[in-house]
Amino acid sequence: MKSFVSKLCGKIMPLSLKEYREHGGFLGLEKALFYMSPQEVIDEIKESRLRGRGGASFPTGVKWQLVAAEGDEEKYVVCNADEGEPGTFKDKALLEGCPFQVIEGLMISAYAVGAYKGYIYIRGEYPNSIDLFKKAINILKKEGYLGENILGQNFSFDIEVRSGAGAYVCGEETALIESIEGNSGSSRFKPPYPPNCGLWGKPTLVNNVETLANIPLIISQGAEEFLKLGTKGSKGTKLISVSGNVVNKGVFEVEFGISLREIIYDICGGLEGNKKLKFIQVGGSSGACLPELLLDLELDFDEFKKHNIGIGSGAILVVDDSCCILDFMRVTTEFFKHESCGKCTTCREGNRHIIKAIDRMIYGSGTERDMQIIKDIATIMRDSSLCGLGQAAPIPVLSLLKHFKDEFQEHINGYCSTGVCNFKGEGKSHG
Amino acid sequence: MDLENNTMEAIEKIGNTPDKLIEVLIQCQSLNQQNYITEEQLNLISKGLNIPLSKAYGVASFYSMLSTSKKGKYVIQVCNSGPCYVNNSKTIAKAFQDALGISLGEVTADGLFSLEYTSCFGGCQIAPAVKINDMVYGNLTEEKVWQLVDSLRKEAV
Repeated sequence: MKSFVSKLCGKIMPLSLKEYREHGGFLGLEKALFYMSPQEVIDEIKESRLRGRGGASFPTGVKWQLVAAEGDEEKYVVCNADEGEPGTFKDKALLEGCPFQVIEGLMISAYAVGAYKGYIYIRGEYPNSIDLFKKAINILKKEGYLGENILGQNFSFDIEVRSGAGAYVCGEETALIESIEGNSGSSRFKPPYPPNCGLWGKPTLVNNVETLANIPLIISQGAEEFLKLGTKGSKGTKLISVSGNVVNKGVFEVEFGISLREIIYDICGGLEGNKKLKFIQVGGSSGACLPELLLDLELDFDEFKKHNIGIGSGAILVVDDSCCILDFMRVTTEFFKHESCGKCTTCREGNRHIIKAIDRMIYGSGTERDMQIIKDIATIMRDSSLCGLGQAAPIPVLSLLKHFKDEFQEHINGYCSTGVCNFKGEGKSHG
Repeated sequence: MDLENNTMEAIEKIGNTPDKLIEVLIQCQSLNQQNYITEEQLNLISKGLNIPLSKAYGVASFYSMLSTSKKGKYVIQVCNSGPCYVNNSKTIAKAFQDALGISLGEVTADGLFSLEYTSCFGGCQIAPAVKINDMVYGNLTEEKVWQLVDSLRKEAV
């Protein structure tokens, strides 16, 4: 375990500006405002090779450069705190542990790209975080950290907190922008991407909470310090949230390069009741399900990419052998069916039809053809959906089909070895 | 006409620009004991923010935390996403149905409770978890569900 981005969480009072400052708070902002030009700030972030921590792992510095390069007078920065990915609760740790650090990161990003207004979009399910941020912003306004000519410099910036209202799709940046504008959260067609045309049609920088929390540390300590952490291709640390059938659930900060096995057995104490591991799902409900033989994989963007999987939000769901693969797949797909915004056909219809095919198998009328149907629909969804939701929803489906083909076959033959499914008529239980 | 006055007050406090619609809807819903937005409120919001009624209704029905139909004083939401599912959330949902005598999606006759499934709200660390209004309760067992319902019933009296 490492203590870098989350080092102040639990150590200081979340709303004590004094304590935050005593622990190095706002040194990054001061350094940026007093000694660095916006371009130098962007260069520092680029040099740190920080990659987005929300799920897509896009290079942060490159994104900043795109927004900075836009000539528009009016630009926006947005903190994406709509942490809706099932199994992910790592941003909450930062939001409630050290709100000033996230705000400082947002302020530095605004200075770097030339924005005067920022939004923090927090999911409605986190009322405590919303309350904390409103208070934190008021404190900063009183102390002169927000408003006109911050710290006596030629930089003015204001932040508004916006609440989500229960929509997973709003974690997708264009849907999030729609939601801030007061609309239903439907994803927009891309391009144009938010750095060109985002909030109210203006260039907009959207960053995840954890990404922003890294910024003050990178600026105050320098990119060189940051580069000492992690692996060759993945720098820094990652907050992971572990849940499921595991002894110690929770949020942990780890350095890139740690293996999944170390996370599950060393940090989290292994499976509850010493049961046998069936699979782990990495990156939330939209992540791939990996069988035990892939546990030695190191947490690293490039290593994961070799296996065609993503680290996503850093959620790890541990599942023991009492779980029925088809029932689990149904739960996951049901989630996406519910959360699909309905704008594009493949996502809206695809999830429904996958569930229908699963149901046929669960209730005893499934055939080999249903497996093929699921595979075909999932592939089409992945390739042609409008946004990340529809593109990622089939990832768990395809990975389960790949790694647990036998269990699908078993259901087609009329039994469920875990004893979860109820079959019509005579079910041959091999429980 | 308390609800009308309170709704107008909420719009004034939050702001009457179209981008404040979601904030206004959240606030208006909390004004109502049955945790929903009435048609009358939607009309007021549409006039107050100068947006079509269809827009106000469209947004109110898009987001799952907003409701345009009556719910209980206590809205019990059982998480049915992956992490709670592998920690037996289905048993918990069943226990709530038994303890309340209603099915998922229904409201108790006294208007005190409504029960529904919800997507992950970040309580995975204490799965299986439920959210009741703004409070999250975790590490639930069937026994705890009955206790919880009991204590809420007493609290309401």
